[in-house]
Amino acid sequence: MALIDTINPLLTTGWSKGDAGWSLKDYEARGGYAQLKRILASKMPQDDLIAEVKKSSLRGRGGAGFPTGLKWSFMPKAAPEKYVVCNTDEGEPGTFKDRDLLRFDPHSTIEGMIIAGYAVGAKRGYNYIHGEIFDIYQRFEEALDQARAAGYLGDNILGSGFSFDLFAHHGWGAYICGEETGLLESIEGKKGQPRYKPPFPANFGLYGKPTTINNTETFAAIPFILGMGGEAYLNLGKPNNGGTKLFSVSGHVNRPGNYEVPMGTPFAKLLEMAGGMRGGRKLKAVIPGGSSAPVLPADIIMDCTMDYDSIAKAGSMLGSGAVIVMDETVCMVKALERLAYFYFEESCGQCTPCREGSGWLYRVVHRIEHGEGRADDLDLLNRVTDNMMGKTICALADAAAFPVRSFIKHFQSEFEYHIEHKKCLVDPAVQRAGSGFFKAGAA
Amino acid sequence: MNNQYDMLSPEALAKIDREVAKYPADQKQSAVMAALVIAQDEKGWLSQETIAAVAAYLGMAPVAAYEVASFYNMYDLQPVGKYKLTVCTNLPCALSGGVHAADYVKEKLGIDFNETTADGKFTLKEGECMGACGDAPVMLVNNKRMCSFMLPEQIDKLLAECK
Amino acid sequence: MVEIEIDGKTLQVADGSTIIEAAHQLGVYIPHFCYHKKLSIAANCRMCLVQVEKAPKPMPACATPVTNGMKVFTHSELAVKAQKAVMEFLLINHPLDCPICDQGGECQLQDLAVGYGESASKYEEEKRVVPDKNLGPLVSTDMTRCINCTRCIRFTAEIAGFMELGQAFRGEHAEVMPFIGKTVDTELSGNLIDLCPVGALTSKPFRFSARTWELSRRKSVSPHDGLGSNLIVQTKHDRVIRVLPLENEDINECWLTDKERFSYQGLNSAERLTRPMVKQGGAWKEVDWNVALDYASHALRDVAKTHGGGAIGGLLSPHSTLEELYLAQKLLRGLGSENIDCRLRQSDFSADGKRKGTPWLGMKIADVSRLDRVLLVGSFLRKDQPLLAQRLRQSAKRGAQISVLHSADDDLLIKLTARAIASPSQLPAVLAQIVKAVCALKGVTADPALAGLTVSAEAQAIAQSLASGGTSGILLGNFAQQHAQAATLHSLGRQLASALGGGFGFLGEAANSVGGYVAKAVPTGAGLNAAAMIQSPRQAYVVLGAEPELDCADGAKALESLSKAAAVVVLTPFKSQTMLDYAAVLLPVSPFSETSGTFVNTEGRVQSFYAAAKPLGETRPAWKVLRVLGNLLGVTGFDFNSSEEVRTEALGGQPEFVSGLDNAIDSGALNLTASATGFERVADVPIHFADPLVRRAPALQQARDSAAPAARMNASMLAKLGLVEGGSVRVGGAAAVTLAAQLDTALPDGVVRVAAAHSATVALGAMAGVVSVEKA
Ligand SMILES: Cc1cc2nc3c(=O)[nH]c(=O)nc-3n(C[C@H](O)[C@H](O)[C@H](O)COP(=O)(O)O)c2cc1C
Ligand code: SF4
Ligand code: FES
Repeated sequence: MALIDTINPLLTTGWSKGDAGWSLKDYEARGGYAQLKRILASKMPQDDLIAEVKKSSLRGRGGAGFPTGLKWSFMPKAAPEKYVVCNTDEGEPGTFKDRDLLRFDPHSTIEGMIIAGYAVGAKRGYNYIHGEIFDIYQRFEEALDQARAAGYLGDNILGSGFSFDLFAHHGWGAYICGEETGLLESIEGKKGQPRYKPPFPANFGLYGKPTTINNTETFAAIPFILGMGGEAYLNLGKPNNGGTKLFSVSGHVNRPGNYEVPMGTPFAKLLEMAGGMRGGRKLKAVIPGGSSAPVLPADIIMDCTMDYDSIAKAGSMLGSGAVIVMDETVCMVKALERLAYFYFEESCGQCTPCREGSGWLYRVVHRIEHGEGRADDLDLLNRVTDNMMGKTICALADAAAFPVRSFIKHFQSEFEYHIEHKKCLVDPAVQRAGSGFFKAGAA
Repeated sequence: MNNQYDMLSPEALAKIDREVAKYPADQKQSAVMAALVIAQDEKGWLSQETIAAVAAYLGMAPVAAYEVASFYNMYDLQPVGKYKLTVCTNLPCALSGGVHAADYVKEKLGIDFNETTADGKFTLKEGECMGACGDAPVMLVNNKRMCSFMLPEQIDKLLAECK
Repeated sequence: MVEIEIDGKTLQVADGSTIIEAAHQLGVYIPHFCYHKKLSIAANCRMCLVQVEKAPKPMPACATPVTNGMKVFTHSELAVKAQKAVMEFLLINHPLDCPICDQGGECQLQDLAVGYGESASKYEEEKRVVPDKNLGPLVSTDMTRCINCTRCIRFTAEIAGFMELGQAFRGEHAEVMPFIGKTVDTELSGNLIDLCPVGALTSKPFRFSARTWELSRRKSVSPHDGLGSNLIVQTKHDRVIRVLPLENEDINECWLTDKERFSYQGLNSAERLTRPMVKQGGAWKEVDWNVALDYASHALRDVAKTHGGGAIGGLLSPHSTLEELYLAQKLLRGLGSENIDCRLRQSDFSADGKRKGTPWLGMKIADVSRLDRVLLVGSFLRKDQPLLAQRLRQSAKRGAQISVLHSADDDLLIKLTARAIASPSQLPAVLAQIVKAVCALKGVTADPALAGLTVSAEAQAIAQSLASGGTSGILLGNFAQQHAQAATLHSLGRQLASALGGGFGFLGEAANSVGGYVAKAVPTGAGLNAAAMIQSPRQAYVVLGAEPELDCADGAKALESLSKAAAVVVLTPFKSQTMLDYAAVLLPVSPFSETSGTFVNTEGRVQSFYAAAKPLGETRPAWKVLRVLGNLLGVTGFDFNSSEEVRTEALGGQPEFVSGLDNAIDSGALNLTASATGFERVADVPIHFADPLVRRAPALQQARDSAAPAARMNASMLAKLGLVEGGSVRVGGAAAVTLAAQLDTALPDGVVRVAAAHSATVALGAMAGVVSVEKA
């Protein structure tokens, strides 16, 4: 089971029974759907609801960290047809929190989405679920059936006059559908190629209608925020970084998994919760917010707290909260090569700089890794990333560039060693041992 | 022309209808991803005829359906073995043995990525992040079954299970 | 309006404009590839990046809306750096094979690379190779050169109306292609060649035949459908080897149909008649012009003398120029004949003498785009006037309601609001029902003749749409004009329009359908119309530019009458075996590209053009030939020194639009009785068979639109006859022909659709009417 430890559990309160605690009755027993009932019974004004979310300082958990209440307030009031969309495409390497959220507690997301629908005046919602997690998609569909049967979804919910229905849309293998407008295109039955913004989804979203789109974790937090009040939620974290956050810790730790901690928790504490470094090896580097976030060397990350502002100050991004931990057995060139390949494979292909540049980056890093690097390759990589960044429709091109730039910036000598000596600084046998796949001593 | 999609079974069409019902009445195309999955499940892979049939059923241009079928990774535009194994080799998984797991399978089956064993039983694919990095190494069987913590012993067990 | 500043210059632009539109208004060029003013915005090439004050990143000018006070810098360091960056990316996988690329010299990538490219790229990896695709006989591919701007894809989906191209795969593997094994079959496919900014999509017929700088070019006007699309005709050594659109927003916008673009191949056909020919003792001889003209004038004079001028008939192609038509009718009238007509495919002439003026579109072409409610009556619009169909397609997208009354439910690729599909004989009755229903909805008194009609649900739905507001237009297509009760449809259409307070008009069939009336190439008084000249055979015929067996409403009968005539004088750019059988003299006259002349399009616009090439061989412009004939025959008023003088006389000046356009008609009692029993023929004129020139364009003849005629029926008709698709079926009219049966779900019961204007179906005779159909 993925969750090991929490401080101040909110989102993860329901996870303790593992796969046995996800259903509607369990959720209701934990106080689930109470917030929806309260809002509907009191006919809470939409503006009050949004104000409460604003007060919580909840920032989007999908990666960009945009204030959720503010996003909801952008929805035009008068539009007759609006949508709420949940982003469970979770394809950012290192991220696996939304999967567990829907696995262990799908109803908190459902309740959050219904409340969001109420707040922005939408009658229909979709949850876009990552292609590779079919069992989670099935579970979510089951949870929807339960919610529908209990009258939480459908026409005239709990006799309130408010109607909202929710459906699951299953992805089928495209990272770019995590980008919100690529996701909308995908729901519309097209390739997931992001749209140029403006117009933003709040004005022109799903089927051209105003749409609010949030990450799973963002929606899941809503019932808890309304339960404890925006202020109290904010106070769990730190100013401008309200509440708790799920961190998916992967890589060279003893206990990879999801950890819910208050915003502002020191990285060192998180690492400790994750059981510390595997095999007691030395921390080399951490990607603190999913593969698109710049890598930080050990000394810098050890000084950070886990919140948007602290990580940004250190030169990276909190992103989706995917913490990829790398120890000294890692060859940074090889690590970068794999990431560069990912962005090359996942570029949707519409923007010239991304379509052409992502392959260029990969090929040059690949060359260096395979002992064919050239003296000016690092300059070339920096120049190509420079030419890609900020020139495309979506942020994937930037996401492809950030790792390249940060790996070179922080580990330049390792790259130079590769180019010069046509081999790796880290002994291949050491690298091989690092993964823990082979029992010690096995060939 | 009487029925361009009669190559799909009534059961498949019924499943597609259930997907269509999720979307507004004038947005049938929204169901194309699900419909292609249903068709692929039934036929094993997506031939030109199968894609055309799905497009016809949903009233969309065949090339638009082909765009979708070729954009998303998990559609198979070529025949695959009875068991398609997809191993995640992305960095977070690789740190915990993803690449080694793939190598192990390659050696066991005697095939490389994108190859099928001579008996038509296994096809091996390299996958991108499956959103399960905490369970690395992870492997997907026939797109829908996720297997976690695939160390040598577990891989042996899985391969033996696949009859 | 908002005020913005571009490169230091302030200007006012409309709200919602994009930076690139604003820059265009100012005459500032911003480099771009994916942007095209007629297509949706993709913003994918990123070439148009500019600096916007306060924006941290460069912004795509094609997609960024202007805001009040915005300051844009198109040449700042940030902008130029971004543009150069994009150019480098575009070139790394581009073959840079300009010397052997057909686009060389007119390639946007080549042009911009000079301005924005670095001299040498740092890209040293292997370049991408993309397999070519077979898009059909017209458009050739070199997909490795493709820069994925997706203009072509957007064109098929948005302008042509059906997504025939897509971008498969993703990232660097993205590839523009049709669906596996498919070609691009839209009648507008040639526009892809113009739209492609690089040499990925080029003209199959043209490729490798010349470099652009070797070409001479001349403005011209399309000689095909009634729109009169504006052309640039390009020649090398006096041979037309390419035709491109000349942009005219009021007519063809920036588009051309494939017919207009590729029919030039017919100009170089082996069937071109290059020397005058006369038949002597049953044998053909090539002769000098003076011999041929002498022969022709004698033949005509003899007939006129012996039998009177009325024994001569003039069958004039509506694809002829105004000047040719004018001189031809003047010549015939000078010989004492009133038997003159250019309405060769018309079968009901009962409106003659009742019309108030020249029938026309009833509005400007551009106004068609502004209609909110449209009823198309009897029109194969997508094949007959493809660019009007394109306009209505865009209208439907902005919310206009388009309805159809027709005998075939062909897919117009336009979102229709309502439709009524009925056999030809039922069309008047259904139109009458629509009139009745609209009158009821509008509270207008209806023609008493409609009192007994029951309004069908389809008619009611159309009426409801038409009456629901906005500007309306009732448009009668070629099929309605060729209909056996065309005059009734005309009257009813007028009644409908007046009940709605909307427009009414005819979609011009040929380049000079309106010009024919203006040139007086129609009979007056007791003169015989085209059908009558054929029904009661004449002693002599003058045929101008037509192949009557293919271009007349009853080709079989036309052939019979021509064959019986004592003398047939044919002025034609082409010869055919049929012509050699019936004619006595063949005079080689210029096609549109080798003469000056004028077409008056369906909106009454006068469009003159000059010759783009010297006449081939001994070909002469027809107006000159007619002038000499007039002189030889001693007809007065034939001393013109130029085609302009002819035009001035024909038009009474040099107007932009002709006068006398009027669709009003004195309608007598309406005749709504449907008499047909058995199978009625629905005859379309396939797009690439509509006139002698296009029939001889080889590449067009290989297009899907040029498939051999079949006997098309709906499923219940096939079943009734015990036929399966592909089986043989005998269709009998004047004579029987055997055709392949084809299922066509777009047809109503009781009809068989057999294309006209094709040698395989000439024997059937009349385009309209009842035919026998049986399993062969
Ligand atoms: C390339 C790319 C991939 C993304 N992937 C995801 C994703 O997997 N899940 C997610 O929630 N947001 C993802 N995002 C961010 C979304 O575009 C969007 O900002 C987010 O769903 C908004 O929700 P939030 O405000 O609740 O974070 C991605 C963005 C980009 C540019
Ligand atoms: S930046 Fe890349 S992934 Fe994003 S829209 Fe452009 S091509 Fe697609
Ligand atoms: S012209 Fe603006 S991005 Fe292509």
